[in-house]
Amino acid sequence: MVGLFAAQDAQQHAPGEFALLPHGLAHGGEVGQLGHRVVVAADDGEVVGDAQAGAAQSADGAQGDLVGVGVDGGGGLGLAEEEGTTASRSRARRALRTRRWAGWLFALPALAFYGVFNFRPVLMSIQYSFYDWDGVGASTWVGLKNYTEVFTDHEQLSSLLHAFYLIVFFTVLPLVLALITASVLRELQGRLTGALARTLLFLPQIIPGAAAGVAWTWMYSDNGVVNQFLRAVGLGSLARPWLADFTWALTAVGFIGTWLSTGLCTMLLLAGIGKIDGSLYEAARIDGAGPLRQFRAVTLPGLRNEIGVCVTITIIAALASFDVVYLSTQGGPGTQTMVPGVAVYNLAFNDSRLGAASALAVVLTLIVIAVIAPLQRLFREK
Amino acid sequence: MPARTLRRRAPGLVLIAAAALYSVVPLLSMVSAALAPQGSFPSGLSWPTHPHWHNFVDAWNVANITTLLKSSTLIVLGVVPVAVLISTMAAYAIAVLEIPLGRIFYTVLVLTLTLPYEIVIVPLYEQSKAMGLLGSQWALILPLIGLNMPFAVFWMRAHFANVPKELNEAAGMDGAGPWRALVHIHLPLARPAIASLALLMFLSTWNQFLLALVLIDDPDKRTMAGALQAFTTKYSTDQVLLNAGALLIMAPTILVFLFLQRHFVKALLQGSVKG
Repeated sequence: MVGLFAAQDAQQHAPGEFALLPHGLAHGGEVGQLGHRVVVAADDGEVVGDAQAGAAQSADGAQGDLVGVGVDGGGGLGLAEEEGTTASRSRARRALRTRRWAGWLFALPALAFYGVFNFRPVLMSIQYSFYDWDGVGASTWVGLKNYTEVFTDHEQLSSLLHAFYLIVFFTVLPLVLALITASVLRELQGRLTGALARTLLFLPQIIPGAAAGVAWTWMYSDNGVVNQFLRAVGLGSLARPWLADFTWALTAVGFIGTWLSTGLCTMLLLAGIGKIDGSLYEAARIDGAGPLRQFRAVTLPGLRNEIGVCVTITIIAALASFDVVYLSTQGGPGTQTMVPGVAVYNLAFNDSRLGAASALAVVLTLIVIAVIAPLQRLFREK
Repeated sequence: MPARTLRRRAPGLVLIAAAALYSVVPLLSMVSAALAPQGSFPSGLSWPTHPHWHNFVDAWNVANITTLLKSSTLIVLGVVPVAVLISTMAAYAIAVLEIPLGRIFYTVLVLTLTLPYEIVIVPLYEQSKAMGLLGSQWALILPLIGLNMPFAVFWMRAHFANVPKELNEAAGMDGAGPWRALVHIHLPLARPAIASLALLMFLSTWNQFLLALVLIDDPDKRTMAGALQAFTTKYSTDQVLLNAGALLIMAPTILVFLFLQRHFVKALLQGSVKG
């Protein structure tokens, strides 16, 4: 997902910087396993620009047997018209149109898989959410009842609130830590330390989230590292089984998210900071800007894109978390660490209440969109 | 001079060391527990004076690692090549062939890029049940291909949109059809993008937990991550075996990552040299 923005970034530069693309991609390596996808609103301006360029080229190539470059609208053909006879022109146009539609043969398999296993299920979820259904018997239409339950049922409502609380640990804390690390490390270009650090910082992103849940269950256990550390520094009175503690369990789960996100954000920001023109810092220094001013005036604006990626990915990870929570606490103790993902799973596959589960899933999805969409705009504007 | 450089670099080095340490401590703690004598109650982080390496062999057997490796590999081989192929073809059709309505298709894909898996699990379960796939690896393979489409097409379109248009013209002049143009001209250029996409999909598939848990009842047929849940429930009291097993389950992705890390660094360096 990181690559999304990186790739887009590369896209915005001219062909001369084409070789930079793999650079962006390389940092995408840690994305997929978050299991969530990041929206990047189509950049209309750019798409339109593409289409125009394509049309212009088709104009040149229309008489030559140009393969594959279609014409959007009549603009391109209009030019070709001047040179061809009416008959050959309409034949050429028909052939071109057939060829363009034939191009769908390339896209059909993707469309089929997407339609059946992605788009249709989304629509079905919305449909289910208006019914009472146990998955076996008949279903009854209940209107908005499942939705009112989402906001009145304690477990479901608190799961949504917990998801927002987790953003502090999945997003805010890692971002702050990453910004500090990245700006301090700006001048550190050592190759060996860089490679070693990259490997270690990426590790939390590489292992399955479920395994992170197991690792931290052990870290937080009675004689795990956290308590061991507290006892070693004389704070033994604070030691407790963290994930079983009613007050601290959710925060403890949150710090697992911090562990998962920090390395990723650090690497992202480090890559971004390397792209900032060094002369900007020079100029700021000459203007008498101290390190803090330099950070505010040069680093932050220069990292806008990367910060956007980091924030987007981690917010989705926080709101839609499942793996880590399911394997560390299953939502307990009580419902102290219940998150929407686990609640949806329980409603559907333990309580057989598919309608209620779908309604919560739909609400969660709408929340994700409502949070992410404005962020996209915020981080994309120049 | 070197002393001054060192002093200037020291805070950075300390910071990066702390960050790296923070990343690995949970894993080291697991290793230290996994090497303790079985049945003992290890403490968080201790130097194993008498490491019991044999624990890993036992964990390998009780966690059914051989079966899980086969199952995960099967799932990855079912998902990644197909998903890479059809998403590349679709992105090519959208960006290069500029098929009619292609931009609408692309916009829909991009709009669903952000949806959490929670919204598809219930219908996917019902759908797999209706198709009679439930319980087999197909129940996971087919949906994962579909669910990967938005990101994969997005990724490959970003690549194709970057390819200079002159390339298509050249292909057209040579009389190459769209298929030959794709195979002989575009695919060789797209190799870095495809390799990264394949790696990303390998990771997300191998680590897939929620869908594996929902769509496959038999833990032995799940992904390795999906099987973790059954394993932890069974051995939740035996910290030693639990940690050894969990380490084995996460080892393959770590190994692949360590191995491919070099390729990435190389690609990165080449990229900057060319740029």
